[in-house]
Amino acid sequence: MPDSPSDEVTDDAYEAPYDLAVIGAGCAGLAGAVTASELGLSVALLDASGQIGGQFYRRPAPALGAKRPEALHHDWSAFADLRGRLEASEVVHLAGHHVWAVTRGSEGGAGWAVHAVTGPDGGGDRPVRVRARTVLLATGAYERHLPFPGWTLPGVVGAGGAQAMMKSGLVLPGSRVVVAGSGPLLLAVASSLATAGAHVPAVVEASGYLGYARRPGVLAANPQKLVEALVHGAALLRYGVRLRTRSAVTEVHGSDRVEAVTVSRVDRDWRPVRGAGRRIACDALAVGHGLVPQTELATGLGCATRRTPDGAYALVLDGLQETSVPGLWAAGETGGIGGAQLARAEGDIAGIAVAARVYGQPALTRDGRVRKLQRRRDRMRAFADVMAAAHAPGPGWVRWPDDTTEVCRCEEVTAGAIREAVTDYGAHDARTVKLLTRAGMGWCQGRVCGAAVACLAAGPGDGSVPPSAERRPLAVPVPLGVLGALEPDDAGADSTGRPDATGPDPGAEQTS
Amino acid sequence: MVGAACAYYAARSGLSVTVLDRGPVAGGTTGAGEGNLLVSDKEPGPELDLALLSTRLWQALSGALSPRIEYETKGGLVVASDETGMAALRDFADRQERAGVTTEEVTGDRLRDLEPHLAPDLAGGFHYPQDAQVQPALAAAHLLRAADEQGSGRVRLRLGEEVTGVLTGAHGEVRGVRTVGGELHAPYVVNAAGVWGGEVARLAGVDLPVLPRRGFVLVTEPLPRVVRRKVYAADYVADVASGSAALQTSAVVEGTPAGPVLIGASRERVGFDRTLSVEVLRRLAAQATRLFPVLARIRAMRTYAGFRPYLPDHLPAIGLDPRVPGLLHACGHEGAGIGLAPGTGLIVARILSGEELPLDIEPFRPERFDGV
Amino acid sequence: MARDRTPAELAGAAPEAAFEITFDGRALPALPGQSVAAALWSAGIVAWRTTRRGGRARGAFCGIGQCYDCLVVINDRPNRRACLVPARPGDTITTQEGDGHAGLAV
Repeated sequence: MPDSPSDEVTDDAYEAPYDLAVIGAGCAGLAGAVTASELGLSVALLDASGQIGGQFYRRPAPALGAKRPEALHHDWSAFADLRGRLEASEVVHLAGHHVWAVTRGSEGGAGWAVHAVTGPDGGGDRPVRVRARTVLLATGAYERHLPFPGWTLPGVVGAGGAQAMMKSGLVLPGSRVVVAGSGPLLLAVASSLATAGAHVPAVVEASGYLGYARRPGVLAANPQKLVEALVHGAALLRYGVRLRTRSAVTEVHGSDRVEAVTVSRVDRDWRPVRGAGRRIACDALAVGHGLVPQTELATGLGCATRRTPDGAYALVLDGLQETSVPGLWAAGETGGIGGAQLARAEGDIAGIAVAARVYGQPALTRDGRVRKLQRRRDRMRAFADVMAAAHAPGPGWVRWPDDTTEVCRCEEVTAGAIREAVTDYGAHDARTVKLLTRAGMGWCQGRVCGAAVACLAAGPGDGSVPPSAERRPLAVPVPLGVLGALEPDDAGADSTGRPDATGPDPGAEQTS
Repeated sequence: MVGAACAYYAARSGLSVTVLDRGPVAGGTTGAGEGNLLVSDKEPGPELDLALLSTRLWQALSGALSPRIEYETKGGLVVASDETGMAALRDFADRQERAGVTTEEVTGDRLRDLEPHLAPDLAGGFHYPQDAQVQPALAAAHLLRAADEQGSGRVRLRLGEEVTGVLTGAHGEVRGVRTVGGELHAPYVVNAAGVWGGEVARLAGVDLPVLPRRGFVLVTEPLPRVVRRKVYAADYVADVASGSAALQTSAVVEGTPAGPVLIGASRERVGFDRTLSVEVLRRLAAQATRLFPVLARIRAMRTYAGFRPYLPDHLPAIGLDPRVPGLLHACGHEGAGIGLAPGTGLIVARILSGEELPLDIEPFRPERFDGV
Repeated sequence: MARDRTPAELAGAAPEAAFEITFDGRALPALPGQSVAAALWSAGIVAWRTTRRGGRARGAFCGIGQCYDCLVVINDRPNRRACLVPARPGDTITTQEGDGHAGLAV
């Protein structure tokens, strides 16, 4: 079915329980939804955006009349295929649905309740709830950021953010845009910005690219990744974009907005090397240090997590994409950053696995199609691990921020305040730093500063300590009037949870 | 918080102190609370006496500690929706007055002078100017630092070090504790393990029936001051005093210097389960917006669960445990641990140094549940 | 090196007619389907909020609704994410100061 704005969804969409609720309409969620639907399941596909595609296939709203949206994307045909299958399917697409919690269904915990707020930014005045026998989490990722002096100046934007704004709004943050940070996304961002008319004086990558060379076998098994890199490389060459590896933007200059950046050489631990940096004039900086799986809906239900090679936390999944909580599957970046093709393969596997569970026919998962998908998935996961290790933040980044640099953008908490909490008040973990400084307690709930705060909390000399698995009991803000308007039986036996099942957990709770 | 207060007053009495915690500072219930220092919700009796003592001590501490602990003598306002509720409040306040609490009746038409955003149809309420608030994690961290300064080298803080056993001598007396890091010798051990106080008591071979009573707090987006005091509905007092395991909610609404409004309070005994309860959030939000309709469009940014250390008679266990010489308890304060911490710490310090006690601690005897 | 190219040309965009919104009283054009943030960026505006404590200027950062740095007042409603909310004809966009709720202070 076509994209349907939330205000056109009829009440029927919320009545009957679905076989499967898919959260997230990016590559993984789309693949899972159409695969399950094609196997005969009733499927609801909830997504925050007004259009399908997720972040990778973000595109202009129809009113912008883009005749060649594919010019902003790679691998458009794969998306066109998924979109066609979705339109031909019975999947109920609930656009503009921001899921704030998934809870166990009422009366004995059978199935799930998916709670959402609606509208472009979740400002709708009515709560909605979708019931489903199974849930597939395909909530994707967000960008990891590390602080440095000047990174809060207007004109500094996330690398992924610059790309998202260009793909959906056809706009650029400036005319001379330095792209910096770490990770393969930087090359993609720089090549699309340059192709779309921005002048990109430099791509600044803190890691080297030698990390890939250490695992030649994995590279050879993933030739499509080399092709992608070549496409980006060719674009950068064509537009005269200089790639500076083992370098980082260590300061942004400007009073009201970005006027220039200082690029410094860094050692293999990302520690700035002594000597004057190079000043590059620009009016915008697009910066990011890789992606972090968005897992809070799963961790809120107790799903197990694992540390990824770049120190983030991803969901632990079995061979058929099921989380450690039965009845809850995940696909795509939630299980570890791996890109669009991997997400599609995982979505396909999850869709089949869910159908097998709902029908009580495990044989569905034992045919050649699943085995082939699993082999593809494992091959791409291996490459993703190499990629994550190659671009993992080096511990030396903690020397970038000075004491006045804001680390938590929401609550305006400086690196100095965090260092004081660590050295003078005995805070050695992100939670205690948060309690003592408010870092991570603002609107974004630590999504932007979480990785940095965890590293700074670990104290001097160790910037590599990872954040704890994300726990955000409300995945998005919910108006109190909307919360209070829930029907009492909505919640039903939610609170029965797992009495006494968990031990004392001094973990990642938050407070004011 | 209670452990920090015990360390502070003990150090002030000249004792040498080691604070052990398996987690970080404020890692347990302290870090999940709102930091209430209340007299308004307490019936006349031993807990109120301890609260009144603690209120005076908090005042003194606020002068000695950094302003960053966010101590505010904001006052409490208990409101009733109808005349029946008002009559019950009046009777309660009357008895509290005789026990030394300052109360002021507020008629329905004057409520909004005190709290301009309150719903217009409330019958009235009582104002308790002695009610106050601190930011509990900051208060605990600053109190420990102050203890360190008081103790000039005699206070040691060992975080992330779990106590795995209580060492006893030939006559069953305490000799210290065993931790994951080795043995630590001391003639006195204070069990200030809060909701896990029962487990520490068990290490010493005694029973102390501390149970977790779960509460959720909703935290809003940052706001200017829209709620001046701690405002709650009259049924809160009944919920606090109840021993039921079933879910009870009564909105407690207050602002914070940092901006967000905090909304409590739910009570239920479900063990240590942190799973989000949508039903609890629904009730808290509905009750809070009934008191303050302006909050309906304000967004809740997060919620968190905490576990109150609950003893069956709602009183803490404070003092020497006659069953194990040298063992003291300072736990089981339920939802009032931040408020009652200084009084508890002072009592513990006076016991240890053999000084006169500030009040009768007979009702807090740790062994009182034996044979019950 | 085609420097005169724009993202809209690249994507072959033939948008419906532009309409007007105002930002702090100044009239700006916006295209149907553009977010408020995209319309502001088109006009060269990259800041539309000041922080609660330091009063520092902020605008869109993450671009995908996660960071809440782009909060702005739209038609008198504060704390709306400019990167998610579509611009509509006649929208009054106002720089958000602090928490955006000064009117509620008591």
